[in-house]
Amino acid sequence: MKCQHCEKQAVFHITELEAGAVRELHLCEDHARTYLNQSEAAAESAADDEAEGQPAGGALAGPLGVGQTAEELALLDQQSCSMCGITFFEFRNQGRLGCPHDYVQFEKELEPLIANIHGATEHTGRRPSRSAAGVAEDTEELTAVIGLRQQMKEAIACEDYEKAKEHRDAIRVIEDRWLGGGNATKGSA
Amino acid sequence: MKLEALTQSIGEWLRGTGPESDIVMSSRVRLARNVAHYPFVSRASEQDRAEIERFLRDRIAGSAVGQDLEYIDVGQLEDIDRQFLVERQLISREHAEAQGARGVAIDRMEQVSLMINEEDHLRIQCMHSGLDLKGVWEQIRAVDDQIEKVVPYAFHPRFGYLTACPTNVGTGIRVSVMLHLPALVITRQIDKVFRSLHKISLAVRGLYGEGSQAMGDFYQISNQTTLGRTEEELVEQVGDVVPVLIDYERRAREFLVRETQQNVHDQVSRAYGILRTAQTISAEETMQLLSRVRMGVLLGLIGDVKIADINSLLVRTQPAHLQKLRGVELDTNDRNIERARYLRQHFEGGEGSRASVN
Repeated sequence: MKCQHCEKQAVFHITELEAGAVRELHLCEDHARTYLNQSEAAAESAADDEAEGQPAGGALAGPLGVGQTAEELALLDQQSCSMCGITFFEFRNQGRLGCPHDYVQFEKELEPLIANIHGATEHTGRRPSRSAAGVAEDTEELTAVIGLRQQMKEAIACEDYEKAKEHRDAIRVIEDRWLGGGNATKGSA
Repeated sequence: MKLEALTQSIGEWLRGTGPESDIVMSSRVRLARNVAHYPFVSRASEQDRAEIERFLRDRIAGSAVGQDLEYIDVGQLEDIDRQFLVERQLISREHAEAQGARGVAIDRMEQVSLMINEEDHLRIQCMHSGLDLKGVWEQIRAVDDQIEKVVPYAFHPRFGYLTACPTNVGTGIRVSVMLHLPALVITRQIDKVFRSLHKISLAVRGLYGEGSQAMGDFYQISNQTTLGRTEEELVEQVGDVVPVLIDYERRAREFLVRETQQNVHDQVSRAYGILRTAQTISAEETMQLLSRVRMGVLLGLIGDVKIADINSLLVRTQPAHLQKLRGVELDTNDRNIERARYLRQHFEGGEGSRASVN
């Protein structure tokens, strides 16, 4: 296989996750070095290359399903996580999610992307041993604390101390159940 | 932990022992984990990061593996010390260059390292010298089990362990082996090998992981997918391909000796000659030449050098190690002069000969 920038043999085969999509690069040693040294600048130009070679709709056209209008995409981009506040647009730009709840909030959008990356959508490996101890393996309940902390901050900013106290108490109840109270080290779940 | 004490040893990945260690430098597994009750690192505020760091540090210290680990506050280290840990492969470049509260817990053997606030809240890494993926997996699984008893890892019933990047979700595992493949490089077969690895979803990276270039004919082979297969299956996926690569490299080495003995002997001898006589030399050139000499020793073309010595030089001639050994900070030019001096001393007597007696 030839380097995608010159006639030399491609010796580096790099898979990047960018803008929420997987991109494969095949580069000779020189171009790989340039690319890796200036990953940011290079990523942009490579993204342009990709845009030329790919069907219209950009990198996310596949995963999100064909036929979405620009408005629908724009609406999707505006969706935000109810816990950490990250928008789907921010995730697409950074390639990093904001918090564990994103996998629930954006499940529909992430699923095709995950299938694309891994060729699967079901985890078949190890599971938390805590489920054996009668604690749920699904940690959504604990992740809700991220949203409650934010609401507590907002309540304090509005000087609504009654509300802030309610949120704080709610956080404590959840944390006590999951973390064994306070921040003290405990033996087991 | 006193980083200076570490300069006296060479760390696990360069110990040069273990099965197939003429080709397999080290076997490594890492697990990506996040606590459920904080945003992922890139979304976490400064205060969040400080709380995550304190939470994980305390919980790990109180776990069954805590007493065997020493904690280093990476955020408080000088740049040179962070670089030093990167060169020893105890932390990643990303971790060294990140901002805010972060740290690493390391065991005395330098086999286990737990990075806090890397891309994920917790990155557990375990590394053995030579080819020992099963042994590494057993060890890291035990460490993960002990930490999971005291840390609620973010978990989704269908997607598995949740990670900041969807490329790591599920098992969060990356299984890798570091291979020294000089003969495949010389015989220009390396790209063919990489192509076939790519086809079976294995990634090839340079010496220092993601985004780093291959230096001195050292390559890391690792799994690319983390979801849909069990950890054991993924360990096997990487493990299965290693004997094939070892076989290719051995055959290429035999070919070189059989067909081009004079050329190879010349190349290796020249590399050795430069290392012994240069007055100024860069880290990159040093690594390239050490790689060739390493092959020369393994092919029996150079008699008076030990593999363990070459391995030790590979890490000790790197910028941060060199400066720590010399006890002063040096700019690039001075480092190149000092590196050449260190190599000459090592090969011609002085400090080096004492080290090689061990």
